[in-house]
Amino acid sequence: METFTFSRAADPAEAIMAGAAASTAQQGAEVRFVAGGTTLIDLMKLDVETPKRVVDINRLPLAKVERAPDGGLKIGALVRNSDLAHSADVQRDYPVLSEALLSGASGQLRNMATTGGNLLQRTRCIYFRNTDTPCNKREPGSGCSAIEGFNRNLAVLGTSEQCIASNPSDMNVALTALEATIVIQGVQGERRVPIGEFFLLPGDTPNRETVMQPGDLITHVLLPPPHPGARSHYLKLRDRASYEFALASAAVVLASEGGAIRHARVALGGVGTRPWRSPEAEAALLSKPATRATFAAASEAAVRGAKPYSQNGFKIELAKRCLTSALATATA
Amino acid sequence: MPSDAATAPHAAVGRATVRVDGPLKVSGAARYTSDFHFPGMLYAVPVGATIASGTIAAIDTRAAEAMPGVRKVYTRHNIGKFYRVPTSSKALINERRPPLDDDAVHYYGQYIALVVADTFEHATAAARKVKASYSAVTNPNVSTSLAPAMGDASGKLPANEPRQPDSERGDPDAAFASASVQVDHTYNTPFETHSSIELHASVATFDGVRFTLYETTQAVMNSRQLIAQMLGVPTEDVRIVTEFLGTGFGGKGSVWPHSLLAAAAARDLRQPVKLVLTREETFECVGHRPHTQQRIRLGATSDGKLVSLRHDFIYSRARLTEYRENCGESSSFMYSTPNLRITSAFAGRDTGVATTMRGPGAVPGMYALESAMDELAVALKMDPVELRLKNEPAIDESKNIPFSSRHLKECLTTGAEKFGWSRRKPEIGSMRDGDVILGWGVAACTWMAARIPAQASVMFNADGSVRVASATQDIGTGTYTVLAQMVSQLTGVTVDRVKVVIGDTTLPPGPFSGGSMATASLVPAVAQAAREAIGRLLAAAAEGDSHFDKASVAQLDFHQGRVHRKGQQPNEGRSFEDVLAAARLGHVEGHGKSAGTRDEEHPAYSTHSFGAHFVEVAWQPEIARLRVNRAVTVIDAGRIINPLMGRNQIEGAVTMGIGMALFEETNYDARNGMPVNSNLADYIMATHADTPPMDVIFLDYPDTHLNEMGARGIGEIGLAGIAAAITNAVYHATGVRVRDLPVHIEDLLIAA
Ligand SMILES: Cc1cc2nc3c(=O)[nH]c(=O)nc-3n(C[C@H](O)[C@H](O)[C@H](O)COP(=O)(O)OP(=O)(O)OC[C@H]3O[C@@H](n4cnc5c(N)ncnc54)[C@H](O)[C@@H]3O)c2cc1C
Ligand code: SF4
Repeated sequence: METFTFSRAADPAEAIMAGAAASTAQQGAEVRFVAGGTTLIDLMKLDVETPKRVVDINRLPLAKVERAPDGGLKIGALVRNSDLAHSADVQRDYPVLSEALLSGASGQLRNMATTGGNLLQRTRCIYFRNTDTPCNKREPGSGCSAIEGFNRNLAVLGTSEQCIASNPSDMNVALTALEATIVIQGVQGERRVPIGEFFLLPGDTPNRETVMQPGDLITHVLLPPPHPGARSHYLKLRDRASYEFALASAAVVLASEGGAIRHARVALGGVGTRPWRSPEAEAALLSKPATRATFAAASEAAVRGAKPYSQNGFKIELAKRCLTSALATATA
Repeated sequence: MPSDAATAPHAAVGRATVRVDGPLKVSGAARYTSDFHFPGMLYAVPVGATIASGTIAAIDTRAAEAMPGVRKVYTRHNIGKFYRVPTSSKALINERRPPLDDDAVHYYGQYIALVVADTFEHATAAARKVKASYSAVTNPNVSTSLAPAMGDASGKLPANEPRQPDSERGDPDAAFASASVQVDHTYNTPFETHSSIELHASVATFDGVRFTLYETTQAVMNSRQLIAQMLGVPTEDVRIVTEFLGTGFGGKGSVWPHSLLAAAAARDLRQPVKLVLTREETFECVGHRPHTQQRIRLGATSDGKLVSLRHDFIYSRARLTEYRENCGESSSFMYSTPNLRITSAFAGRDTGVATTMRGPGAVPGMYALESAMDELAVALKMDPVELRLKNEPAIDESKNIPFSSRHLKECLTTGAEKFGWSRRKPEIGSMRDGDVILGWGVAACTWMAARIPAQASVMFNADGSVRVASATQDIGTGTYTVLAQMVSQLTGVTVDRVKVVIGDTTLPPGPFSGGSMATASLVPAVAQAAREAIGRLLAAAAEGDSHFDKASVAQLDFHQGRVHRKGQQPNEGRSFEDVLAAARLGHVEGHGKSAGTRDEEHPAYSTHSFGAHFVEVAWQPEIARLRVNRAVTVIDAGRIINPLMGRNQIEGAVTMGIGMALFEETNYDARNGMPVNSNLADYIMATHADTPPMDVIFLDYPDTHLNEMGARGIGEIGLAGIAAAITNAVYHATGVRVRDLPVHIEDLLIAA
């Protein structure tokens, strides 16, 4: 761990000002906010994150889950993953989010982890986490160790020749299917970014993962009102039964009427370089009857164009089975 | 021993007794090695090589030396002198090369420097600033393909060393060739890492003459001998203390280089030095289970009688060790067959050294043998339990001597009964619970039983306590409790009044905790010590206690902690503390010393434990999800001294076996030889959620050939065979025969 200065922000403005002094909010940021610390401190101990300044944002008044005027939900960036998962509003109206959160990490970690921190958690690519090996995300231009190394847990969708790291979050997959909006306070004021535009593909700049700019503070996550009659489900597949990142996961929100699917939102986890919304799968579901055949076709559509690497080709088949099963469960 | 002790009201052996050290552990009062703190403590952090094969060209320590809090940065030039351990030494050490010995790098993570600072954080930060450059770097060989062309038509196997049969009888080749049913398959087990929760640590102090090292070791006496040897000081000048161990699974049996580094820094700086390895370093520098590749050939008659068994195995071996993974350990005596050959070889690999891991040899070996037995049962269309019953030997056919006590048949039949095995339908995927396909598998297990030399003392104290002492250690398995029970059994004093003192080399030399031998080894030494102490107590009563009116020793007896006249009841006599008070003695003490049986050249009996695992897996093909649903394990391990802790050992082993079968493997990167999944998030082991309901049954036949209490060991046997029981169940559920552990989701996607 490198030496850093530590301060506690009294209000959002103070945090934003401190953050704005950095040259980037992406890999290599000189200033970092700390929320639960379960990603940041871990990576600082590994020297993957080396901020000169750490600003504690835990005292900011952003820890509430509130009903939004439009009937949606306004989730504070500092709401702990456990609290969010057990919030009555989430359990009633957005069960897919609760399921996703509870499938992640461990009880202790969820008690610390926050909504904002979870959005910004980093990949579990082992080479990203090991400073002795080349990694384009950590050190642009150094090369990607994973493409010819251990990549069993990495992405098959949205990859580039520079980086195939998967976004490991469960929560982000559910938020993607729920079409969440990220509320960001920055030096220029407030921005509202749909989650589909929040995460970037790696392309030639895998070190840049989101639209976050220096000083940007995530204050809230907004969920639109629950779709009437919609049912949802999150399914996570992994080697062991608990405490492991997804090899493949699926979040689905579906509503049917008159024997046909009228509303479909599909996102995949563990297989994409970002939480993977699948408009292709959604199109394959719309106006179709909720049958196994429909689900199988949607799953085929979801992984079309997926690119297998030396160890992770099985994820394509696994993602298909995962999505098919999640769709079946949501409509059962 | 008082003849009726076993049936006395205080009989402690065999009773479910909660851990005597439990309160200390749950309250945090138990001191583990890294809990030891001393004034002036310094913290040492090693620097590891980032290549696996090559030479250190230069090490630049200047930046590190300039870091805050740094006291000294050591390389081979200033660490001071270490000595080698002669190859003739029988002590437990898997990496004989002293640390920082020369510029050669033999594996990724090998220590090349050591930073000592005033805090752990300062030392860690400075260690990252040590920069090494390397020359003559070669591509490491960490391949898990140990011998790609394993075997040819003639049966001659290519390998890196000429094959010597480890065991041989009859003509296995001819018998195999003419057998009506043949099975010939090769099984692989991966590199595995022990992953005890307690990290390896050493806290070293030096007073100018003597070293005291607080160690994470399963063998304090072994550590003392080797560390003294390597530091070049008399054995008496080294004291090793291990009060509690957050387990070792064999990984803490050997002495490891970090202990020498801590001692050398304390020697040089004359301040206490604490060195705690990181999780990554435990994957690199303190041993693992080697990769194995095992070819099994079974030939049988059409009614299922084995006529030939061949077991040819290769294990990975690091450059710096002679460690041998004896996969054929149990194959020679497990089943009856007139023709058999076991051969072994190794393949050199550029990894850290391997070491014993829970059930070394037999655990990977029994996975292969018990998988092959299942494949034979399938080929014969025979029930796998019946196949094993049919091939039960009358004697140990490899040595032509009787078994001291073997009840494998009863393990199999009892387990089958408990599990409901008779309801098994043999067709693949034919058993269901709703949408879930069930698979049932069985495997037998075995593990050796033996004694190693041990000494102990037992002392009756004036304060009414009984103290038992031995330089052995409790590695989490319950030695504190077992010793208290033994002494209670032998003296009639209740367990709560027995004080157990272990984990310190100043005590009478005790056994190491490995090979499941500690308990069995301690029995005769403790029994002798207790008898001697009782004899002295009776002498004190005869001489010094007027209550007995000058009775002779021969007229006195001792029961339930009381001295009394023969023919009278204990309550008519006097408590031992009253006897000691009357005789004005602070204590009386007895010593016991027993020899080992392990190296007997002509043993009269073949001594092993046996058992059987029955497992049900649940398979959901639509999401490729496989889970273990339930397990029944029957164990024949002699007399069980404490059924609570016994069950705990077997349940722990079955849990570990689920990891072995389905999750655990250490992956090395072929480009730099680095173990890549060197943390507990990426090295997948079974969690509580993976742990099914487990039924453990002990047959409890005392093996009095081994010791008077009839106790063998139970630490390792539970892990033997369990992986095969699981993969056999996986085959039954899915039709996929996994011969390459662990079973991956990838393997199962091809099923339905
Ligand atoms: C062993 C382990 C297992 C795990 N398993 C899973 C799993 O199975 N599934 C899963 O989804 N996750 C898993 N996680 C990841 C875990 O969910 C994340 O670490 C956690 O959600 C991060 O939240 P935090 O509040 O601790 O973030 P922090 O570590 O505090 O912050 C993370 C990043 O976000 C930034 N940040 C935080 N809040 C804000 C804000 N309001 N505005 C701007 N920037 C902000 C920080 O500067 C930092 O860069 C696991 C983690 C560990 C350590
Ligand atoms: S996949 Fe991405 S994160 Fe992993 S090594 Fe390659 S560049 Fe780095």
